[in-house]
Amino acid sequence: MLDCAIIGGGPAGLTAGLYTTRGGLDNVTMFEKGMPGGQITMSSEIENYPGATAHNLSGMDFMSPWPEQCQRFGLKHEMSEVTRVSRREDGIFMIQKSDGTSDEAKSVIVCTGSAPKRAGFIGEDTFFGRGVSTCATCDGFFYKNKEVAVVGGGDTALEEALYLAKICSKVYLIHRRDTFRSAPNTIARVKGTANIELVLNAIPEEVFGGAMGVDGLRVKLEDGSVRQIDVPGVFVFVGNNVNNQVLIQEDGTFLCDMTQWGEVKVDLSMKTSVSGLFAAGDMRESAPKQVVCAAGDGAVAALQAIGYVDGHQ
Amino acid sequence: MGKYVELTVSNFDEVTKEGVSLVDFWAPWCGPCRMIAPVIEELAGEFEGKANICKVNTDEEQDIAVKYGIRSIPTILFFKNGEVVEQMVGAASKQAFADKLNALL
Repeated sequence: MLDCAIIGGGPAGLTAGLYTTRGGLDNVTMFEKGMPGGQITMSSEIENYPGATAHNLSGMDFMSPWPEQCQRFGLKHEMSEVTRVSRREDGIFMIQKSDGTSDEAKSVIVCTGSAPKRAGFIGEDTFFGRGVSTCATCDGFFYKNKEVAVVGGGDTALEEALYLAKICSKVYLIHRRDTFRSAPNTIARVKGTANIELVLNAIPEEVFGGAMGVDGLRVKLEDGSVRQIDVPGVFVFVGNNVNNQVLIQEDGTFLCDMTQWGEVKVDLSMKTSVSGLFAAGDMRESAPKQVVCAAGDGAVAALQAIGYVDGHQ
Repeated sequence: MGKYVELTVSNFDEVTKEGVSLVDFWAPWCGPCRMIAPVIEELAGEFEGKANICKVNTDEEQDIAVKYGIRSIPTILFFKNGEVVEQMVGAASKQAFADKLNALL
């Protein structure tokens, strides 16, 4: 039986793995379906993690040393997808996996993070992967010297628009308001970039195209008129949805208390409403959705999990 | 242990023309591509002799990417006797890829 099962291999899961193993738990497995790293590996640049000062540091390069460091004290990584975490009457957790097998664990730290949200315009799902994208570092390359649109007005949208502006001939930044929710220096950089055109107070209505993919986007402007923007690529950065599927039980209820937005309710020590179950990172309530915070959460949850397991020996 | 086949313009048709093939279109700078890299390697071992598990580096093989209309990576195309029969976009679990392969075999 596992002392602790860690579900998810982003910054929270990796840090939880480092702290649980280094803190004395012998049998800890982190479940992540592929190479660990998490959503930050899709970011073109990270400049707000203290100590990581390299210029133009990509999320992927930033995360590359984490797995090795976090596995140094014995953390095991199992490359499988967890489908459900449940708790038996005797207090033992069951970790069910997509291959039909399961594991038992004394404690669980859930850190399955979040995934990019879709904006909800017509054609978005149809053309996803054929012109509609949520990863500029992955797909910007396919639009070299072409025009693209970015939808969104937060930090991610602006940072990725700046990244795309270096590759593409022009970037239309489409935002439903006329102000941005982003760091002032990022806003200033966007406004100072010649090949970014701000299309403000504009709501994307439809992405259109043909067999080969996207041909353009129609947006509704404040005065009710519709503007057609002919671009082969549309990048959507409108926030994230919490990945809480593993907590859904057979009867459709959640294993622990959740907020109305589907985030896990936790206290300051990352304890959930269920004894022995902890949550960390983007999926917990009021998460700032920052790597440094996710890592901090992972450490806090790990220290609590150690105490819980020691107390139940 | 089987290894995946690195596809280029010179061997693409030859490798995929018969049987079932999984082709992972990837690039070195793509985080989700890197995430599924070990999954593809394991699949190559598990499906050895049953299906062709292949990768296309879209940075080096842009003609193939253009031919198949690849605009997002990772895109995973499933071929049966040279024809594209299924497509997946984005990272997924080994089980999800294996299920698709098994359905085609």
